[in-house]
Amino acid sequence: MKSISLLAPGHRGCAGCCDAMAAKFTLMGAGEDCIVVSPTGCLEVMTTPYPETSWDVPWIHSLFENAGAVASGIEAALRALGKQGTKVIAMGGDGATMDIGLQALSGAFERGHNFTYVCIDNEAYMNTGVQRSAGTPYGASTTTSPAGKVSFGNPRLKKNMPAIMVAHGSPYVATTSLAYPKDMIAKVKKATEIEGPTYIHCHAPCTTGWGFDTSKTVEVARMAVQTGLWPLYEVEDGKVTKVRKIGANKKPVEEYLKMQRRFKHLFTMEGGADEVAKIQAIADKNIEEFGL
Amino acid sequence: MARETKMDKQKMVVVEGSYAVANAVRVCRPNVISAYPITPQTHIVEELSKFIADGEIPNCEYINVESEFSALSALIGSSAVGARSYSATTSQGLELMHEVLFNVAGMRLPIVMTVANRAVSAPINIWNDHQDSISQRDTGWIQLYAENIQEISDMTAQAFKISEDRDVMMPCMTCMDGFILSHVYEPLVLLEQEITDEFLPPFRPERILDSKNPLTFGAFADPNFYTEFRYQQERAMQNSLKKIEDTANEFYDMFGRHFGGLIDEYCTEDADIIIMAMGSIIGTIKDVIDRLREKNVKIGLLKVRAFRPFPAQAIMNVIRDAKVVVVLDKNISLGMNAGALFIETKSVLYNTDIDVPVIGYMIGQGGRDIPMSTIEKIISDAEEVMRSGIKVESQFTDLKEELV
Ligand SMILES: Cc1ncc(C[n+]2csc(CCOP(=O)(O)OP(=O)(O)O)c2C)c(N)n1
Ligand code: SF4
Repeated sequence: MKSISLLAPGHRGCAGCCDAMAAKFTLMGAGEDCIVVSPTGCLEVMTTPYPETSWDVPWIHSLFENAGAVASGIEAALRALGKQGTKVIAMGGDGATMDIGLQALSGAFERGHNFTYVCIDNEAYMNTGVQRSAGTPYGASTTTSPAGKVSFGNPRLKKNMPAIMVAHGSPYVATTSLAYPKDMIAKVKKATEIEGPTYIHCHAPCTTGWGFDTSKTVEVARMAVQTGLWPLYEVEDGKVTKVRKIGANKKPVEEYLKMQRRFKHLFTMEGGADEVAKIQAIADKNIEEFGL
Repeated sequence: MARETKMDKQKMVVVEGSYAVANAVRVCRPNVISAYPITPQTHIVEELSKFIADGEIPNCEYINVESEFSALSALIGSSAVGARSYSATTSQGLELMHEVLFNVAGMRLPIVMTVANRAVSAPINIWNDHQDSISQRDTGWIQLYAENIQEISDMTAQAFKISEDRDVMMPCMTCMDGFILSHVYEPLVLLEQEITDEFLPPFRPERILDSKNPLTFGAFADPNFYTEFRYQQERAMQNSLKKIEDTANEFYDMFGRHFGGLIDEYCTEDADIIIMAMGSIIGTIKDVIDRLREKNVKIGLLKVRAFRPFPAQAIMNVIRDAKVVVVLDKNISLGMNAGALFIETKSVLYNTDIDVPVIGYMIGQGGRDIPMSTIEKIISDAEEVMRSGIKVESQFTDLKEELV
């Protein structure tokens, strides 16, 4: 395991920030011979306030929507210049990955560039103040999908991003969680060692956006896995090859939802119980599908 | 006054403009080319892909991106790693790149991109004018405009040299009129590998993304720092003024061809009327001037080769003693009823002792033909202005009144 210092201490993220943890785990998996691309978002803003930087590896930010393309260019250039061995990693939020940057990411994967994309999924646009993204789960209240007198919050299901990346023919797609650092580090390592475009989707609870105590990031993350809402699995060449079982540790979604302010309305509004039941059904479906 | 151009007739070939550009890019030894098709630029990147398929560009990766946005974004990555990087586009493709253009310039990445100029929709129109690149004038790219195929070929090598200069490090757009230059066959001398190698050294940027010496590119700069970044960009642009001149001269010394540095002049020495313009229309204007000079009309041409940086001083030196200046624009800044070259030329004259009437015409919009008769009509208008002293502003010309 590589030194933790590749992301230097002293960044400007919130206490208990998920993005900082995800970046650290990613670098621990990748090692120091890498180049990192980050699209616009919390991670970029909090780690690079000029003239300071938290990055002990070469790092570049360009725009919100083009990390996949910038990584493509880096990878192609390294090949053209005959520089072998350096790993290329792109690390972006759910908005940058699942919404605005999806085209560039899709293009890069379709072309087969040799890099690893890590989605740090904190389930909303956090850097601009917690607006709904395609990663926001059903029923979550955000500043653009607020719960209200006639609204239960976000009315859409979370986009199944890992499946989209599998459909691109990626040789390796894995889901990870901040609650399982060793698992995440190992998956990143594996992804960066596989030739071709590989994808890691990291579930990353955000204390500020989700509304929980700053010491609880890992606990909330673990609960998402234990309820079945966030299954941990690996897909190699299109086939699910590994699943992390939850077995006897299985928890009802209610316990997970109750830990967070963004789902609070489900327990106070009329009809909220039905909504909770719908979310339980999502978890149950996952449990069945992946044999959790 | 520009130096005479020596062309080696023995080495002349007749090729399409797009091929001339692709060949020029080839001999500049790029490491990464990214491309997305859009008429009339497409031939350039098709030719380049053919070169690569035939193994004619060593150590070069060709990326078939999924959009112009990604075409330029990929070059951000490649250039930051230290690869000489090239793309080409036009019109809608260039507009789609808008946000990325700023980023390239802000990160001081010396990417070179050919723009085969074309109108911007709506209405959709694929023919030539300069609205696309003019719309991007404030993005921090050097913009050079070529008169003919030989010039766009030679300009390509010059552009890399200018952009990659340590005192400049700014991206460059080399602009050629779509179809009029991109699709026309003209005799020219193709850039040769050996002499281009001598002219253009390998790309060795001071700072790159390298895991042995980690650097952060594209940091977040708050109000304490942002202004200084902008200032340095502007200073680099000002540095490029001299570099553009020097590079044209160096090119002349080695290749024997010179199309002007920041500007070029034709018959300006004793001219009462000076016409200013950019791009392929220069050739037509020269023909008109030749005719009128036979009739003793004292008329000259100021060809603007560099639009960014704007060659204010060079322009003032030429038009100082004119009695009237005519500016032709293949673009319009809507709401100003004028084209960009007209507006900027007027603005550099303010606060000077030069008091010459400047009149502007928006011509050739969306590929509207510009016959010699149109130029002659404009010149007779200018003569009227000169005689009467009446100052006119900018206007459309050759409008079909029945359609409006
Ligand atoms: C083209 C464009 N639109 C909008 C923005 C504003 N913006 C900056 S960061 C951001 C949200 C980032 O969200 P996400 O990708 O989920 O990352 P997070 O901050 O949550 O980690 C937005 C909307 C932008 N920078 N560029
Ligand atoms: S808002 Fe969330 S993701 Fe952003 S810095 Fe704070 S904790 Fe980290």
